Amino acid sequence: MSDITDLSFSELKKMLQKKSLSSTEITTAFLDRIESLNPELNTFITITRDEAMQSAKNADKAISRGTATAYTGIPIAHKDLFCTDGVLTTCGSKILSNFVAPYDAHVVSRCKAAGLVSLGKLNMDEFAMGSSNENSYFGPVRNPWDKTRVPGGSSGGSAAAVAAKLTPLATATDTGGSIRQPAAFTGTSGLKPTYGRVSRFGMIAYASSLDQGGLIAHTAEDLAHGLGLIAGHDSRDSTSAELPVPDYTEVLSDSLAGKVIGLPKQFFDANLNTAMRNAMDAVLDVLKSLGATTVEISLNHVAEAIPAYYVIAPAEASSNLSRFDGVRFGYRADKPTDVLDLYERSRSEGFGSEVKRRILIGTYALSEGYYDAYYKKAQQIRRLIRDDFNRALASCDLIFGPSTPSTAFGIGEKNSDPVSMYLEDIYTVATNLAGLPGGSFQAPLVNGLPTGYQLTGPAFGESIILNAAYQVQTATDWHRLNPGGL
Amino acid sequence: MYEAVIGLEVHVQLSTNSKIFSGSSTDFGAEPNSQASLIDLGMPGVLPVPNAKAFEMAVKFGLAIDAEIGQKSIFDRKNYFYPDLPKGYQISQFEKPIVGPGRVLISLEDGTKKTINVTRAHLEEDAGKSIHDAFDGMTGVDLNRAGTPLLEIVSEPELRSAKEAVAYLKVIHSIVRYLDISDGNMAEGSMRCDCNVSIRPEGSATLGTRTEIKNVNSFRFVEKAINTEINRQIDILEDGGRVIQETRLYDPDREETRSMRSKEEANDYRYFPDPDLLPVVLDDSFIETCRVNLPELPEARKARYISEYGITDYDAGVLVADRDVADYFAEVANTSGEGKLAANWVMGSILAELNQTGGSITNFSVTARQLSHLIGRIKDNTLNSKTAKTVFEALLAGEGEVDAIIEFKGLVQVTDTGAIEVIVDEVIAENPDQVANYRAASEDKKSKMLGFFVGQVMKKSQGKANPQAVNQILSSKLSG
Repeated sequence: MSDITDLSFSELKKMLQKKSLSSTEITTAFLDRIESLNPELNTFITITRDEAMQSAKNADKAISRGTATAYTGIPIAHKDLFCTDGVLTTCGSKILSNFVAPYDAHVVSRCKAAGLVSLGKLNMDEFAMGSSNENSYFGPVRNPWDKTRVPGGSSGGSAAAVAAKLTPLATATDTGGSIRQPAAFTGTSGLKPTYGRVSRFGMIAYASSLDQGGLIAHTAEDLAHGLGLIAGHDSRDSTSAELPVPDYTEVLSDSLAGKVIGLPKQFFDANLNTAMRNAMDAVLDVLKSLGATTVEISLNHVAEAIPAYYVIAPAEASSNLSRFDGVRFGYRADKPTDVLDLYERSRSEGFGSEVKRRILIGTYALSEGYYDAYYKKAQQIRRLIRDDFNRALASCDLIFGPSTPSTAFGIGEKNSDPVSMYLEDIYTVATNLAGLPGGSFQAPLVNGLPTGYQLTGPAFGESIILNAAYQVQTATDWHRLNPGGL
Repeated sequence: MYEAVIGLEVHVQLSTNSKIFSGSSTDFGAEPNSQASLIDLGMPGVLPVPNAKAFEMAVKFGLAIDAEIGQKSIFDRKNYFYPDLPKGYQISQFEKPIVGPGRVLISLEDGTKKTINVTRAHLEEDAGKSIHDAFDGMTGVDLNRAGTPLLEIVSEPELRSAKEAVAYLKVIHSIVRYLDISDGNMAEGSMRCDCNVSIRPEGSATLGTRTEIKNVNSFRFVEKAINTEINRQIDILEDGGRVIQETRLYDPDREETRSMRSKEEANDYRYFPDPDLLPVVLDDSFIETCRVNLPELPEARKARYISEYGITDYDAGVLVADRDVADYFAEVANTSGEGKLAANWVMGSILAELNQTGGSITNFSVTARQLSHLIGRIKDNTLNSKTAKTVFEALLAGEGEVDAIIEFKGLVQVTDTGAIEVIVDEVIAENPDQVANYRAASEDKKSKMLGFFVGQVMKKSQGKANPQAVNQILSSKLSG
């Protein structure tokens, strides 16, 4: 048998159910691997070994008593913007570097209730702003496939930890591509659910109308299990949908015969490089061999998605991040002379440069005299994009495209050029603006590095995405490829 | 001559049990920060959840002022930094308020009535309080009040004097009390008022530059603050200066307004729709339910009291202004069957007493039942107006029930003519000179001189003699 840490979430579930492994054995294996690899990869900001071992012990007791759930004892790790009661929750920022959350986020409490064992808190771009995980106060995360490269962001810690087998499942969030882009860069499966599918309560906000909690794992099947745990209505989040949660695992084995895959012509234009196009074609061939057909579609306003996103998200962020003022929690500047000095220094010393850039952009976009030209216009574009997707999804079941323009780039490569960094999200951002579910799954390697394809479905159509990805994973082994040399 | 142009923004704290976006209690006066939840503290990751009760209260207010109800209203964020504003923004309503244009009727001192248009009323959350005197060299923050629901009621600039402004404010106060959507307690800050004041030459159609006086918290201060500000602006214009658009504070101790910040220093609040909250969509049945459950409002009650109890327009206006006073009056009037007497007693004795002590009718020491009983004893001639006053004083002092007081103090009116005749005979016998004068006087003088004898008889009877009987017996005996 392979190492415990090589097992996927679904495989671990089976082992625990068969009692072939105990949660203590599993948890110990993952913690040991974290401790050996984390110094190099920097995926975890906080490792909660003691709490994890205690949870594992409790899980084993529950399993032996027969009071366990189907998931009791399986490890998970949380992106460090999910509040965890009594545990440091930094959001990758100096301004929260001392913040011990006094409560659990909805997602965290759901995982706890299901008996999952939390291993710790995962590194991320500060306040989820970034596409490379270089914007973390706690240092960059390294891509397990090539440690000179970025793992993507902002859920870089989540993606790299799963890829390096430091955890079988990680929570993550996606505002403009922050689950799908790092999943693509690290050879993992990532799902951003429909806006409103997973409660945002306890998820530290970046851009509230776009933020959505989701998961990164090895397989679509793992995501189906995980999504069932965290999805559902939460009265504490007014934007959470009051819709029943299906059993996402039930439809995984459905046939793809007759499914129509839409290919947006805007995604398959001259800007897509040949290697990436070949990787995408390989996935499309598999989908077709499974009975799906393809149809060209048009997302007319997708080119405006990035500019619209970089108005709306910073605008919301500029307001969301106002609460970090040094008054009630978090970093406070030393010896402020008055309240203005307290604000100015706490915030200038506490926030990193990308966060400051977005606060400034957002403040500007909302200012009197500029609101109509920027924020209002961006919202109009957003409506057009949503209409594009709805029209397109009337003629197909899923929309297919690359998750990223290329494979993982080098650490430091794009630091001096924020716009080229922003263009990383060119294929993913529109999905957030439309509020739709999107997943990124493993495509063939290009030059030894992972790539990902993206599936976007209709609102609350996560099952359709997971079914297609599961079928591809059944027919291929791209998702089984491992980074060497760890 | 100048004309004042005044508009008011009235902030009414709604009397929901819990806050507008969290489950914390809204009770006043608790230990600092003991009623501040994670949401009120603006902790990272928390989200607001609206309290439907606040919508109901806002809609009732809208219906009461005959306003358009915003069937789809939107919460916006008003962004600014202040230590007692935990999130760095206040959740308010900007473009689409829950209550649209409406109107109220005010009565002026000369009896004329004037309609004042209300521009809008919107829901928002209150901020916390900064406490500057609790810690040496530092400011404390109490977030108990943060998140208390407020209804901000904005009037058109149609008020033309401080008195009109106060009359308008009193009508708003009266409406929110009748609707029972706020305790309206201005001393505790449950109702606060920002006054926008400008002046212009009488007859001019253009508006002058306005100033805004923030957070005035009593009817009296509203009147004084506005008059002070009007005079300040007149002085500036008379001296050839110009009024600067700014926010000012009223200092009641020095009776002056002071500049807080100018327009240039004013915040750009960067309003935008709060992405954490969905638009509030009110369906017709919700609005209809609110309409059906509206209580009788002051104007309607006033009309009813005039016709039901036969009291004057003025008296009815005074009695209905406060819902509790109106209820008290109605109970006294109904149980005693004496509307006019009830009105006289409530206005003459009770409101005077309340004005003096600043107390509230709801815990007034004379109950409506007791006053009704007292009026009953006047009606059945047990008491005259003088002895009734004595009984009222005793009730006020908590000396017992009406009949027990009458008995204990021996106040039963003497209507037995025999007993009165005895006293009259005594008085005539004791005052031979006055009797002689009386009998010698002309008829028109006699009636004036009779008062002396009545006084003597009443004195001897310790106030208990029935005054009409005394008059009658005296007149006949003296003329005899």
